[in-house]
Amino acid sequence: MIKKKSLAAPYLVWMVIFMVVPLLIVIGYALTDKSGAFTLSNLTTIGRYSSVFARSLILAAEATVICLILAFPLGYFLSRLRSSKQHTMLMLIMLPMWMNFLLRTYAWMSLLENNGLINKFLGLFGIGPFNMINTSGAVVLGMVYNYLPYMILPLYTAMTKIEDSVIEAAQDLGASSWGTLTKVLIPMASPGIATGITMVFVPSVSTFIISRMLGGGSNLLIGDLIELQFLGNSYNFNLGAAMSLVLMVIVLLCMSFTNTFDEEGLEGGAM
Amino acid sequence: MENNVIVSLKDIVVDFDGARILDGLSLDIHDKEFVTFLGPSGCGKTTTLRVIAGFIEPKSGNIFFDGKDIAGLPPYKRQVNTVFQKYALFPHLNVFENVAFGLRLKKLPENEIRSKVLEMLEVVGLKGYERRNIATMSGGQQQRVAIARGLVNQPKILLLDEPLGALDLKLRKEMQLELKRLQREMNITFVYVTHDQEEALTMSDTVVVMNEGNIQQIGSPEDIYNEPKNAFVADFIGASNILDGIMIRDFLVEFAGKEFSCVDKGFKPNTPVQVVVRPEDVKVVPMVQGQIAGLVKEVIFKGVHFEMRVDVEGREWLIHSTQASQPGELIGMCIGPDEIHIMERQEG
Ligand SMILES: Nc1ncnc2c1ncn2[C@@H]1O[C@H](COP(=O)(O)OP(=O)(O)OP(=O)(O)O)[C@@H](O)[C@H]1O
Ligand SMILES: [Mg+2]
Repeated sequence: MIKKKSLAAPYLVWMVIFMVVPLLIVIGYALTDKSGAFTLSNLTTIGRYSSVFARSLILAAEATVICLILAFPLGYFLSRLRSSKQHTMLMLIMLPMWMNFLLRTYAWMSLLENNGLINKFLGLFGIGPFNMINTSGAVVLGMVYNYLPYMILPLYTAMTKIEDSVIEAAQDLGASSWGTLTKVLIPMASPGIATGITMVFVPSVSTFIISRMLGGGSNLLIGDLIELQFLGNSYNFNLGAAMSLVLMVIVLLCMSFTNTFDEEGLEGGAM
Repeated sequence: MENNVIVSLKDIVVDFDGARILDGLSLDIHDKEFVTFLGPSGCGKTTTLRVIAGFIEPKSGNIFFDGKDIAGLPPYKRQVNTVFQKYALFPHLNVFENVAFGLRLKKLPENEIRSKVLEMLEVVGLKGYERRNIATMSGGQQQRVAIARGLVNQPKILLLDEPLGALDLKLRKEMQLELKRLQREMNITFVYVTHDQEEALTMSDTVVVMNEGNIQQIGSPEDIYNEPKNAFVADFIGASNILDGIMIRDFLVEFAGKEFSCVDKGFKPNTPVQVVVRPEDVKVVPMVQGQIAGLVKEVIFKGVHFEMRVDVEGREWLIHSTQASQPGELIGMCIGPDEIHIMERQEG
């Protein structure tokens, strides 16, 4: 046992240098003012930005739910294909991810613009133009488009472990399609669902590029706010650190929530 | 003991990828019977079960359940439950919830579910295991959960697809007896699939011998064993000597270069036939007293008897005898009229 533990030593060193120490520095900044004296005012001023926090959480939650709804049937469909086809289809799904993140988001910008491709196309039929860019909908769309693969992959992986015969057993015992979905597929895929939610929600809630490019000035998210404190004109390290800290706490709370949900799913149900 | 027909298959045809898997299969299954599908791997046993359960729609043909055509009825609406070849238990549910699955879907009251599940777990010998995680159960225990999960719904028919395939010999024998007991106690129809002829003969009321998507013979274990309809059945049911012969007239058949009296009649004079002689039905006697003579080539001790390979006129016979002969020895052999079974000769 002791020997096995020592194998983890390099990782522990890595953790301390690159995770624990920076975290302590962030906490340090968050609890001091510009002169370096202890203060809680950074944390209390965050209250002023509560609407930004709320918007971030809501948009990220919307994107996560949409990803889940899109990815679940797709992951199921993939997991039922013959394994040779599965690999090809996975490649196709991953294909957009090989393109640079910024490029992808720029592409959406030019598609959604008021004189962008979509509006031009609709114009041919005399419809529109619609104002799509710089709306919260555009931000959610950008999140979904960029992070959907992170939802598909864990769901697909979890579902490949569900054998056809288990699904047939459910039908055999009287479960309709809906019963099979709610009583077997979703509970058995719950580890993948929990992972997928985390993998989509966390980057969505802290993104600043998507919101800036597709949301314009009116859809500021926490990520933008934090960026402004470090690189923008507000320039306030201490406030930025405090915001990061609060964001981190929120993310941790969300993750522990999905994890308990996940464990309940695995535990063999209530009796 | 002829009961009503509960399931009736008529001219069922199933194709997969252009290959014919079931080729016009027709079969009546009677209520409260223990029916076994017996046949070599790939002959279509599982496919037939899946047609009954509703997982496969046949290309043509009809299925009747209690006299009603149930074509197109989805599996969850059929009064049939299946014990799958690899159990297919729900890994996210404990033993109790696995068994309760079907009852919960029927929305029975909680106390009724509870009492039914506990009763069924007791019947299959898993009392006290309610809260166990499926992954921590042995193969035999998982098998019992799978059986309980099906039986608790009180289906009209329980389909069992090689349920004992993964168990060791001793456990297999125990479970065979137990399944037989369960079937009698529950008083429902069991349709059982196996490729083990001994299992089929010991457990069943009716055996259905299948080969290449066709039914070869349907009958009681005794019928199948004693009166195989053709060489395939005779061969599959147990090691047999299957010899070409000629039915000279009623009660007289010629094979192995000699004439034998027999109990069969009704063939045209001089019809070519096949003759089945079971290894245990050949009596070994001193050379001079035998109807035919043979040269012993090999003797293997099998516990209760000796298994001998004997050369008779250039053809190898299998003989079981309680007395050992020596390899190289010439022996005489007698076969009584009752022990000769005549079948029509088949092409090929
Ligand atoms: N889904 C399928 N797609 C294509 N071919 C199939 C499918 N299911 C079964 N087959 C083929 O149908 C034939 C009969 O299969 P089936 O499973 O009914 O055999 P079985 O008698 O149950 O054999 P075993 O004793 O090995 O279980 C086999 O040749 C098999 O390859
Ligand atoms: Mg099979």
